[in-house]
Amino acid sequence: MPEAILEVRDLVKHFPVQVGVLFKRTIGHVKAVDGVSFDLARGETLGVVGESGCGKSTLAQVLMRLEKATSGTVRFEGRDIFGLAGQELRRLRRDIQIVLQDPYTSLNPRMTVGDLVGEPFEIHPDVAPKGERRRKVQELLDVVGLNPEHINRYPHQFSGGQRQRIGIARALALRPKVIICDEPVSALDVSVQAQVMNLLDTLQAEFDLSYVFIAHDLSVVRHLSDRVAVMYLGKVVEIGTDEQIYEHPTHPYTQALLSAVPVPDPELRGRREVIRLTGDVPSPVNPPSGCRFRTRCWKARDVCAQEEPALVDRLGHPSACHFAEEHPHVAVG
Amino acid sequence: MSDPAVVAADEPELEQIVTGKQDKPRSLGSDAWHELRRKPTFLISLILILIVVAMALFPGLFTHVSPTAADLNHARGGPSAQAWFGYDVQGSDVYARAIYGTRASLLVGVFATLGTVLIGGIVGIVAGFYGRWTDSLLARFADIFAGMPFVLGAIVIMLTLNAPGSNPGETRILSQVVFSIAVLSWPVAMRIMRAATLVAKQQDYVKAARGLGAGPLRIIFRHLLPNTVAPVMVYATIALGANIGAEATLAYLGIGLRPPVVSWGVMISDARDYVAAAPHILLFPAAFVSVTVLAFVMLGDAVRDAFDPKSR
Amino acid sequence: MSAHDTVYDGSSGEFVPPQELAAAATEPLLQVLGLQVEFHTRDGVAKVLNGVSYHVDAGETVAVLGESGSGKSVTAQAIMGILDTPPAFVTGGSVKFKGEELLTATAERRRMVRGEGIAMIFQDALSALNPVFTVGFQIAEQLRGRRGLSRAEAKKGAIELLEQVKIPNAAGRFGEYPHQFSGGMRQRAMIAMSLALDPEVLIADEPTTALDVTVQAQIMDLLAEIQRERNMGMVLITHDLGVVAEVADRIAVMYAGRIVESGDARSIYAEPGHPYTIALLESLPRLDLKGQQLNTIKGLPPNLTDIPPGCPFNPRCRMAQDICREQVPESVALADGRSSACHFAGELMQRA
Repeated sequence: MPEAILEVRDLVKHFPVQVGVLFKRTIGHVKAVDGVSFDLARGETLGVVGESGCGKSTLAQVLMRLEKATSGTVRFEGRDIFGLAGQELRRLRRDIQIVLQDPYTSLNPRMTVGDLVGEPFEIHPDVAPKGERRRKVQELLDVVGLNPEHINRYPHQFSGGQRQRIGIARALALRPKVIICDEPVSALDVSVQAQVMNLLDTLQAEFDLSYVFIAHDLSVVRHLSDRVAVMYLGKVVEIGTDEQIYEHPTHPYTQALLSAVPVPDPELRGRREVIRLTGDVPSPVNPPSGCRFRTRCWKARDVCAQEEPALVDRLGHPSACHFAEEHPHVAVG
Repeated sequence: MSDPAVVAADEPELEQIVTGKQDKPRSLGSDAWHELRRKPTFLISLILILIVVAMALFPGLFTHVSPTAADLNHARGGPSAQAWFGYDVQGSDVYARAIYGTRASLLVGVFATLGTVLIGGIVGIVAGFYGRWTDSLLARFADIFAGMPFVLGAIVIMLTLNAPGSNPGETRILSQVVFSIAVLSWPVAMRIMRAATLVAKQQDYVKAARGLGAGPLRIIFRHLLPNTVAPVMVYATIALGANIGAEATLAYLGIGLRPPVVSWGVMISDARDYVAAAPHILLFPAAFVSVTVLAFVMLGDAVRDAFDPKSR
Repeated sequence: MSAHDTVYDGSSGEFVPPQELAAAATEPLLQVLGLQVEFHTRDGVAKVLNGVSYHVDAGETVAVLGESGSGKSVTAQAIMGILDTPPAFVTGGSVKFKGEELLTATAERRRMVRGEGIAMIFQDALSALNPVFTVGFQIAEQLRGRRGLSRAEAKKGAIELLEQVKIPNAAGRFGEYPHQFSGGMRQRAMIAMSLALDPEVLIADEPTTALDVTVQAQIMDLLAEIQRERNMGMVLITHDLGVVAEVADRIAVMYAGRIVESGDARSIYAEPGHPYTIALLESLPRLDLKGQQLNTIKGLPPNLTDIPPGCPFNPRCRMAQDICREQVPESVALADGRSSACHFAGELMQRA
């Protein structure tokens, strides 16, 4: 594997559940991220998929150091990001940036596009001297496909897709090496979604970016990712190349997830085998013992309740299931 | 809930429709102004307030009679062509006194509101932004003041500052009144600011700014304040009216402004023993207070609607 | 008789595509004809619906496919009579339920039709359910208020409904509040509530958009099953081409407040007859295909206060000719009851 730009090891993030007004008592923990490890190679896109509550957004917050990890390490170019402070932390902000999901709340409504995209330069004045900032902002707008003359407009004068482009321009301003994309296209319409996905693709080649691409839409993730990690209740249950995950999935959850995605082809109606999971995702405050997926899994045996399956190589790539095997009918491709 | 089929009908598409592509940049503020200009309640309240402000600044424009000139021959005389509002107990012209009283009443209202908003706003934004124990501590502290009955609190403060029987100067008593109103009413502004801050703090743009490495001051002044100031401004307009009323209350109780200062409160206070015999001495200054308070409340309502079209 | 397009001349003449004319003989369960709706906004008059026509028969699923702002939800709200006026004004067209005109019906009559004739479920079940009442109470209230059942009967009926939508331990969950339900369970509860008065048409407005894929599959299964059992007509409003392909019998594709293409699901996916439908299908990332660049539709949907002259899709269309910029295309009848509002629909179909 090529050199890793981001190494994540045993990352844990628990949020305390508190009651009480002045003196708060902790009555439990939301185990949002519970022991996640992966590497991100330079220039690579790692897709992270999972349903709501699986911890993928918390993962993004922790990788950005917006939240402190409960334990575990994240190394960026070999340095532990949780050990950084002051100047070093500011330096890190220039290297890792984020694109957020909601194009309506991710831009301050009281700031013009010029102020929004120019803010990174105000915070890091050494990147661009004052006189050059306006020109740089206009360059960035051009790069993301917006009219540079719209620099004085406010966010509410743009459509969802255009706002997402503004968010991408802001993330690009400091020339980061890694961009965490937290559901960047899930709030957009189909036709606009394709435009933004193509833009992310082009920018990756142009600026030599590495992406952690978080999404719940498996088709979108497949389209952009080199490797994919599937998360369930705070843990990675399966990780591998795009082909391994989509064509040879071995974890029952991955298989169920893939089979549940509606395929836009009426001819396949009734001919595809769809694995119907029962019930909802259990609460992350009290996850099931052993394998967390066992409460919804059709393969569950006693061992699944007692022993947590490790994420180790099974049938060619890591999968956290005691009974990992390919399911004959769900492979797509 | 009587309609099973219609459990909720929001308009997810309306925003899309309105998200037009205008040619000119338009901030939310200018949008609100655009909205306001077409509202009759806003225009009426604005005209009333402008008149009141003009009376405070240039009382000479409205009357040539001195508010302190007294002729006991006219005492308690009713309204006439010579004195539209009649004469008070001392035989002074009620109309002239009401005009000259505007300044003190308005000064108390403006400064008390400024104090309320500044104290409340700062404490609120700090509590909302830092959260945790800072928030708990400040919120409880505010509760202490909020829990105190206004009149009782004001009596205690004013009597502590001025021993009974003493006769403090005009400026001194004015600032004491302002101080006691502000100290007793800031928790409301604090709660509004804190709530708005808590909402704004959750927004993704704050997350994005933190991700860029923005410090607390930049986040507070650049991202939170512009988005939280609107509800506090709305409260301030309404509070301004209420504070003019509070001035009158304190004066009536004999612990606020007092003669020789002329204010609406002082005039109402002077009239208290003659309500039955000469009601005009009470009614005219009371009407000034009511109309002014109403104008500010109407203005506040209109401004709130303009900033938040969804509240209609 | 040829179809008249009344979209831009503002007259109240009805827009009747040929296939709807044929259907009128058998009186469809729900029929929308030439519906026009305007929104009066600060920025001017937005023409949100410009002559929308579709119909649903019993036991049939019609998918209304469109992006945000295309008017698909507004059409549903106009059918239900729950548009807020102002800003919305119905300026033309008709909505017929079993032959009865609803737009001119009395408020009382419309209220009767809501729930008993046509019911609607929404995307966001959490805000659609009242948070201060228990789920069971909200369903039982319908049965008591509209069906005159006693308290005990209503409770029994509500529990039965909750069982029908497969909420486990329905009797136990009767007394729980909406926030105690998970997303999927809330959606089920809302479906149960919409079924309380046994409607003949169910309008589902993005019923699974807020849900995870595994839960989405459960809910779509449930809707299909209920529809089969009750022989209901269903209008499925969605932007998800995958969901449509899985459940729809017929499809109506909306763009800028018009139906640009309609027909049966299979043939539209196989040979789309409108450039917008073609572009939409091409811009979709596919689970089973890993491509490099997606084909995109350039530009943005039009501002509805200022719809371009001619075909509303012309600024974004790859095939646009001069005629498209000048003349609004009429809905052209194609083979097999399909129709397309494109000047070149015939050519498109021949090429395929």
